[in-house]
Amino acid sequence: MILTNIDSVPGGRIVQHFGLVQGSTIRAKHFGRDFAAGLKNIVGGELKGYTELLQESRAEATSRMVEQARDLGANAVINVRFTTSSVAQGASEILAYGTAVLVE
Amino acid sequence: MSVELLISIGIPILLIVIGRFVGSSIERNHYKSIVEREARFSGQPALSTKQSDAPDAVRTASLAVGSVVISVDHFKRFLSGFRMIIGGEVRSYSSLIDRARREAVLRMKESQPDAHAYINTRLETSTISSTTGNEGIGTIEVLAYGTAVHYDRAP
Repeated sequence: MILTNIDSVPGGRIVQHFGLVQGSTIRAKHFGRDFAAGLKNIVGGELKGYTELLQESRAEATSRMVEQARDLGANAVINVRFTTSSVAQGASEILAYGTAVLVE
Repeated sequence: MSVELLISIGIPILLIVIGRFVGSSIERNHYKSIVEREARFSGQPALSTKQSDAPDAVRTASLAVGSVVISVDHFKRFLSGFRMIIGGEVRSYSSLIDRARREAVLRMKESQPDAHAYINTRLETSTISSTTGNEGIGTIEVLAYGTAVHYDRAP
């Protein structure tokens, strides 16, 4: 599965469009991580626990999108976009979406 | 009574002092590492355009993603509190945003370290809120993503 965030797949020709595919996940912060992050907040710098949490969620959203594209018979997803929105206190939704296409 | 007063005033001051010194040393080290790594990737630009102006044909393309969550230290959070009263540019937060964006772009590049360029690079910023209140806690996530391309040429 080829993923790009431009309108084409370089070196390939798009022969069929399957439309929009998307994958999303809603994650809440974990209490232990929150506590560690609270301590790290005093001195500032990277909060590794949150970075990892969001990376995992984004990977999950992407793999759901890829799965949807695969079910449609696509071999690439173009124009991939990521968005993040907060659903409730301490929980956020991560969405990945794009256009599933068949390239040769 | 005086012990209680000492604790209630002393602890916040202590945290601010710790934040001031440890925080600025963390920031200095971070900037040092950012500058070093940016120099290493100077020949592999991140472009915000959809097409690169290189004459070579693109051989392969794939998605590159990098993200980071960075928090401001207690001292700067304290300073920004004053700034919220009088208004104006919140300088103590600009280094936070700058560090986060540059770090995210570097991680995007590091996820595909042998690409020739990263086209259509997008940056997205979101704030992390605290679980207990709805005020921002000076913590942001920056996501950088783009299409890593390899040209048809010797690296």
